[in-house]
Amino acid sequence: MTPPLDIASPSCPDPGERSVQERPVLRERGQREVFCGLTSIIWLHRKLQDAFFLIVGSRTCAHLMQSAAGVMIFAEPRFGTAIIDDKDLAGLTDPFDELREIIDSIVARRPALKTVFLVGSCPSEVIKLDLSKIADRLNSDLAGQPRVLSYSGSGIETTFTDGEDACLNAIVSNIGSIQQTRATKKSLLVVGALADIVEDQFARHFGDLGIEHVSFIPSNATAEKAEFGPNTSFVLAQPFLRETARTLTDKGGKFIPAPFPFGLEGTRAWFKAIADEFDIPHKRVNDVLASAETRASKALANARSEFEGTRVFFFPDSQLEVPLARFLSRELGAEIIEIGTPYLHTEIMKPELDLLGTNILISEGQDVDAQLRRCRSAKPDLTVCGMGLGNPLEAEGLTTKWSIELVFSPIHGFDQALDLANLFLKPLRRQKRLALS
Amino acid sequence: MKLSMWTYEGPPHVGAMRVATGMEKLHYVLHAPQGDTYADLLFTMIERRDRRPPVTYTTFEARDLGSDTADIFQSTLKKTVEREEPEAIIVGASCTAELLQDDPGGLSKSANIDIPVIPLELPSYQRKENWGAAETFYQIVRHLTASSLGLGTAQANGDNSKAQPSCNLLGPTALGFRHRDDVIEITRLLSTLGVAVNVVAPMGATPSDIARLCDADFNIVLYPETGQLAAKHLEKTFGQPFTKTIPIGIGATKEFIDEIVELAGLQDSADRSVDEGNLSWWSRSIDSNYLTGKRVFVFGDATHAIAAARIATEELGFELVGLGCYNREFARELRTAAAQYNVTPLITDDYLEVEKAIAETQPELVLGTQMERHIAKRLNVGCAVISAPTHVQDFPARYAPQMGFEGANVIFDTWVHPLVMGLEEHLLGMFTDDFEFNEASGPSHLAHGKTPQTAQSGETTRASTTNVVNWTDAAEKELKKIPFFVRGKARRNTETYAQLQSLTEISVDTLYDAKAHYGQ
Repeated sequence: MTPPLDIASPSCPDPGERSVQERPVLRERGQREVFCGLTSIIWLHRKLQDAFFLIVGSRTCAHLMQSAAGVMIFAEPRFGTAIIDDKDLAGLTDPFDELREIIDSIVARRPALKTVFLVGSCPSEVIKLDLSKIADRLNSDLAGQPRVLSYSGSGIETTFTDGEDACLNAIVSNIGSIQQTRATKKSLLVVGALADIVEDQFARHFGDLGIEHVSFIPSNATAEKAEFGPNTSFVLAQPFLRETARTLTDKGGKFIPAPFPFGLEGTRAWFKAIADEFDIPHKRVNDVLASAETRASKALANARSEFEGTRVFFFPDSQLEVPLARFLSRELGAEIIEIGTPYLHTEIMKPELDLLGTNILISEGQDVDAQLRRCRSAKPDLTVCGMGLGNPLEAEGLTTKWSIELVFSPIHGFDQALDLANLFLKPLRRQKRLALS
Repeated sequence: MKLSMWTYEGPPHVGAMRVATGMEKLHYVLHAPQGDTYADLLFTMIERRDRRPPVTYTTFEARDLGSDTADIFQSTLKKTVEREEPEAIIVGASCTAELLQDDPGGLSKSANIDIPVIPLELPSYQRKENWGAAETFYQIVRHLTASSLGLGTAQANGDNSKAQPSCNLLGPTALGFRHRDDVIEITRLLSTLGVAVNVVAPMGATPSDIARLCDADFNIVLYPETGQLAAKHLEKTFGQPFTKTIPIGIGATKEFIDEIVELAGLQDSADRSVDEGNLSWWSRSIDSNYLTGKRVFVFGDATHAIAAARIATEELGFELVGLGCYNREFARELRTAAAQYNVTPLITDDYLEVEKAIAETQPELVLGTQMERHIAKRLNVGCAVISAPTHVQDFPARYAPQMGFEGANVIFDTWVHPLVMGLEEHLLGMFTDDFEFNEASGPSHLAHGKTPQTAQSGETTRASTTNVVNWTDAAEKELKKIPFFVRGKARRNTETYAQLQSLTEISVDTLYDAKAHYGQ
């Protein structure tokens, strides 16, 4: 669908290139047991408190949103669905007028809104509703109060966390000329939604390293605040942000390839890659990170002795599977049977794959019944899977870990390394406690 | 387009899934994009099912559009039939696939499958979940009983002279509110009456069971929302009458027994010495005096809401202040009931309207779905759940039916539990200033204390009343001594009274004048 992303190669022609290409990847096509991109609104709307996410879709989309998050209900959520009906399909209504009216009603209740995202869905894509055109018209009508951006979270194009990629891509595509002239100093842009506590920790480390100009995307009023110019380098905090990375590269940002900041090793490598980009001496990096590294290292020692040798099977879910498997295998001594991932973006994932070794099976895409057969015959000690598969597999005697928790918990960075390990250890510990069958 | 923040019902294909998941040896091939598989977790998480729902999704992508989505459907269908070996299969489209107009029914015909294939037409842009469940069950019944046409019923064959009378239980599905336990309770009740259960469907039935529905003498429709359409078809086609009474509550269960006895022709022989449980005595016992006139607001699916309204008024002595349902298909029944109780019927699928109605009527107890539980929590009012949609905690491990006499026991306990108990309520009203024991601490038998801040919301309509009259400080202070659950009403009544009397200021006397005026 999209041409391969070429962001890693120009700056670093690479010895690891070959290992990536030689790795056998099982590419599957069949029933997928994953969410669509709309689901990422569940964390994005909490992260972007001055935004409203308006899905243009069907009752199914609305039902998905309230069900996927464990049927959580907010007093008045900052997301909703404009449900398309018969009249809209028959062309008896003007989608612009319909959406204008709905946005007016939303703004009337929330006058402080800065941004409204029009989020495309499967039905809106199939009927070729051009939301970007509608967003343009709304912007000139509303004069940017609030501004209206659009992206697609449809299941025919996006999987779960891809929705964040599409949303951030809409944000960075909108970074205008103002920012470019303002930010001429060397600056760092960290891309990907992080838990607030992690963002604060990382900001402290960057400060201690002497990197003065740091912005995080997404954050509130993102486009207004982010520093972006010819001397901006950017690093991904999440592995699923391919389109956003491409847009930033197109706009002149410099991509910093790095493993992802999960576990001690990943976090250290991530900071080192950034520090190298900013010509910070190794000694200073070591000094700044030393205490956090020591804490993480001590914390993980016991977890490793407990987890060592655990055989783990990953079903595809969030695209975090490769870095998390790397963490489990290298830092906790797990034996990884299969890493299922919705997509394997080899360019972005290269530093991770280099660490992972070539003997672990990676499967891309999904044919859930075939994958379940592989999983059953491998009898893993721990199966990482979505909520649709968890109870059925437990009933068959397999111990499982809900993958969605990995997306909704602070797991990045040194001081969360143990929390991350504990997420995987908890089902095993529970299994040991219970005298039930 | 209509803005929805939350919806009581899913799309109609989720209704079809509730039917398929309830049944055995039936599989559903759903033409749908990636992401629609979210619906699986409704069953595996909320209902804690230990198997995946019997649904296979075609999972087409953007690149397939316009070329081979129909091929994907056909190959998925074939593979699914081989893998699952079902007795019958239902095929249909979700909202997105409906737009592609691939015609799963037609494609299935040309796929030459040698088991019954039942095509579903569920218009996603017009209809919703309950309708989808009813239509799916109807189509399954229509297709699978077609071969029995002309055979006539057991009655017509004269079988019922020798055998025990028998019936089918129609309507229970996966994800239904207490369907599992209602079926057990009603089956027990029928067994004491001497009536056999031929088939329970959809829940637990295989396609071959559906084919022998016509062996029964009559049908019992437990849930009209999902079972009535099929029951009407069976009545028309096989002459099987069906029950109209929903056995929720003591009175309704007794009437239900009368109806069964009549339909089964057991007027002379039925053993009616059924244990009627405890609700009647519990409700008449003096402790329950405090239940009298408690203001209750009821919202849910029409069947459960109407049943709850009857129990609340006739069997617990509450005052019904609101009645509504989210399923328009049964709006007429609900309107009739509302007229009987002299309340305004609320038929809406917009929870914000429900919230507004609850805030305005200021009930002391809300009976509703999981959404009303959230609303009641926000408004600091007690709540019990009486209807789907529900959350994981409404699928209890214990036996907890709603129907029959045991169901009435369960209902008594569940509805009374959120309320402040009799003498406690009096003491709260008498000594309002006790620093530990006051209205803000909530019912003493409930662990979660209420914060003083939320306790204020008992007066939710304060802001909405137009404040043309001023309260003196003394009157305002006096008002605070009135128990919080009636304070809002007292404020409203006093202000209305003051306006009637053309007063510009409300004094302590005005407050008591108003109390006397409205208390007559």
